[in-house]
Amino acid sequence: MSTTVAVRLNVNGAVHELEVEPRLLLVHALRDHLGLTGTHVGCDTSNCGACTIHLDGKAVKSCTVLAVQADGVPITTIEGLAPEGGLHPVQEAFWNDHALQCGFCTPGMIMAATALLTENPNPTEQEVRHGLEGNLCRCTGYHNIVKAVLDAANVKSASLEQHPEVTA
Amino acid sequence: MIPAQFDYAAPETLEDAIRVLSEGGPEAKLLAGGHSLLPLMKLRLATPSLLVDLRKVPGLHGVHRDNGTWRIGALTPHAELEHTAELGLVARAAGTIADPQVRNRGTIGGSLAHGDPASDLPAVMLVTEASVTLRGPDGQRTVAATELFRDYMETAVGTAEVLTEVRLGAMDAWGFGYQKFNRRSEDWAMVAVSALVKQTGDVCEDVRIGLTNMGSVPLRAHAVEEALRGQAISAESIAQAAEHADEGTDPPADLNASSEYKRHLARVLCRRALAEAAGLK
Ligand SMILES: Cc1cc2nc3c(=O)[nH]c(=O)nc-3n(C[C@H](O)[C@H](O)[C@H](O)COP(=O)(O)OP(=O)(O)OC[C@H]3O[C@@H](n4cnc5c(N)ncnc54)[C@H](O)[C@@H]3O)c2cc1C
Ligand code: FES
Ligand code: FES
Repeated sequence: MSTTVAVRLNVNGAVHELEVEPRLLLVHALRDHLGLTGTHVGCDTSNCGACTIHLDGKAVKSCTVLAVQADGVPITTIEGLAPEGGLHPVQEAFWNDHALQCGFCTPGMIMAATALLTENPNPTEQEVRHGLEGNLCRCTGYHNIVKAVLDAANVKSASLEQHPEVTA
Repeated sequence: MIPAQFDYAAPETLEDAIRVLSEGGPEAKLLAGGHSLLPLMKLRLATPSLLVDLRKVPGLHGVHRDNGTWRIGALTPHAELEHTAELGLVARAAGTIADPQVRNRGTIGGSLAHGDPASDLPAVMLVTEASVTLRGPDGQRTVAATELFRDYMETAVGTAEVLTEVRLGAMDAWGFGYQKFNRRSEDWAMVAVSALVKQTGDVCEDVRIGLTNMGSVPLRAHAVEEALRGQAISAESIAQAAEHADEGTDPPADLNASSEYKRHLARVLCRRALAEAAGLK
């Protein structure tokens, strides 16, 4: 019989102390315990990337991470990408380029794309496609998504710096 | 999908991890990146009683080079291997694993201890003639890659042992190629072939070929190696040698491919991997 474990989740700059079962998945901790429902569950089998968040700045699938594994590690979700009321350049590019239809894959796409641009600020189209291999979109098609990421990369890096991720 | 209940420990030293693991009995399991284990637990195909998380154990991270030897910590994620270009074939193969998110979490130690014959790194360990260090309650031992993979998802790693490090010789003088075939970019290999070629002029001084997903364990294609070793390298000699790639193999059919199709893939991918390794394109 498992007992609960104390975890400190450092999400978008705010620390939350929770008592959780070890089997609680990080995505459920974010959505059900913290009310951050921007992170979606698409497949639940580690394939679709809808649940992508940043763990210590790296894109990961939060349906395949236990909440206890994230203890004390800085987490950014789609809600924390830009300051309240503002949009991150990648979000803005998705809007401008019509890179979403139903929007279900969008938070994960944007979290994967922002991590990609942090590692590689000037990617080629091929590099963007390769970098988004962990994210599935079932309705928009990838063309406008790739275009939005390339457009966001072309926005002056100064503008990216005005929107640092909100982490502690 | 939610895993069955289990107990959880995150020890802070290797000694504690080994102790907690051995006290936990055969149903206790180590947790590294969790990207093989957690999907199995969510499907309830694995129901460990206790997870011993290695994340706080120091000294298991990173890629180091001591003269002619690479030492890779077990918890080094695939992404770090991918971005260490000097690792040659290891970096190339690691970059084909799944997708960036999976590569950020999955570790080399987890991949080798898990022993899935469709995984990319096991056959690479065979051709680089790597070895792993295992630490358990009775001390430390070194196991060569040729002895590590016993059967389908069965390895020489004992239930109370931690794989701590991977060692392999620097292959600076060798050209390398890696060819993986799958239906979707984030999938496991239907078949993959690793090639290492050492050339003097156009003569193939030495060659090693590894096969992924052509059996219950990763394999070396010795017949290809024998056919090419000592020969002049050309598109023709490579094509002839690659015809032996499926010799002696009996790949099980699966959802993606029949046995015959896998044999065909092995021959074609072997030719391409050899051409890549020999710099013929
Ligand atoms: C969607 C998806 C696609 C994937 N595609 C590929 C692919 O194309 N190619 C590929 O190679 N892999 C693929 N993988 C698997 C991925 O590479 C895994 O991360 C890897 O196989 C296991 O590493 P891990 O650190 O996640 O191990 P875990 O899942 O944590 O552990 C796996 C097993 O190894 C044991 N273990 C872990 N670390 C140690 C250690 N140090 N000592 C002893 N035992 C240990 C655990 O107890 C467990 O039994 C994919 C995974 C997913 C989710
Ligand atoms: S919900 Fe996590 S990858 Fe699909
Ligand atoms: S916008 Fe609908 S799934 Fe991508």
